[in-house]
Amino acid sequence: MTKGILGRKVGMTQVFTETGELIAVTAVEATPNVVLQLKNAETDGYSAVQLGYQDKREVLSNKPEQGHAKKANTTPKRYIREIRDAEGEFNVGDEIKVDTFQAGDYVDVTGITKGHGFQGAIKRLGQSRGPMAHGSRYHRRPGSMGAIINRVFKGKLLPGRMGNNKRTMQNVAIVHVDVENNLLLLKGNVPGANKSLLTIKSTVKVNAKHPAIKMAGVEAAAADEA
Amino acid sequence: MRQNKILENVTSSQLRSDIPDFRAGDTVKVYARIVEGSRERVQLFEGVVIKRKGAGIQATYTVRKISSGVGVERTFPLHSPRVDKIEVTRHGRVRRAKLYYLRALQGKAARIQERRRDV
Repeated sequence: MTKGILGRKVGMTQVFTETGELIAVTAVEATPNVVLQLKNAETDGYSAVQLGYQDKREVLSNKPEQGHAKKANTTPKRYIREIRDAEGEFNVGDEIKVDTFQAGDYVDVTGITKGHGFQGAIKRLGQSRGPMAHGSRYHRRPGSMGAIINRVFKGKLLPGRMGNNKRTMQNVAIVHVDVENNLLLLKGNVPGANKSLLTIKSTVKVNAKHPAIKMAGVEAAAADEA
Repeated sequence: MRQNKILENVTSSQLRSDIPDFRAGDTVKVYARIVEGSRERVQLFEGVVIKRKGAGIQATYTVRKISSGVGVERTFPLHSPRVDKIEVTRHGRVRRAKLYYLRALQGKAARIQERRRDV
């Protein structure tokens, strides 16, 4: 059973952990998601919860989208994704907040990586460069095209478009959950540029040995307020 | 560069307000907390601040001292909870923000003139 939420990458910063280490974190803003549709095995062949994130102006949405959102009594959403076999009971129109996760949980984060445009084989595929001097005349080329059979084999590593791919980071630790500001702090980096949209799900490769990394001073501050 | 407002809010609770005003050239005593197994003790590190770097939670400073003839530098995060306190013992008069030139100097040549405080 998975938990999930949709959000937006805000940017990266650093925080101190409970042990006093300074670690890099990514802030993800996830204003409450709305359950747009419930899918079940009988009617749809599989069970899932459809979530919507970020309001869209009415002008930007078409009639089917408006109708779909109206069933959940909400406005059309910009980012709609499904969470398969979701944990817990949901109704259409429910709100899902960041408190579905806790500090110390591990998640998988899916996003679209930064686009780098047309790049050569060295930057794109990690190939090695030839010598720049001593008359080598072979600097940054992709190498031999293979046997002379009037075609190039499929899968030959060549320059091309780099980035702008859907990628998932597995086993990302949640350092802190800020329910008030709808923020999640994730340890390390996540795919995509700032402001790009992300899908966060509980991780598929659970490792019980993983330590819970938590932000320092947060619980003390919360206790002071209470 | 000014940071994103949301990110500033995230880190604001961890920023320390008990940090004295010091700059490169000053001599400071850093009371660093060290955890050995389950025991915790405070280690003193005294030396000249040779640089301050970064802003907000990223800010760090580097302290250089000569320990048994060998130069030792330690970089601390400015807001680190592992530092008990920082004491400024001497204000130095220097004309640079980063005192990397001290690494090449020894003994008398590595002295720094005391700065008269205007305040």
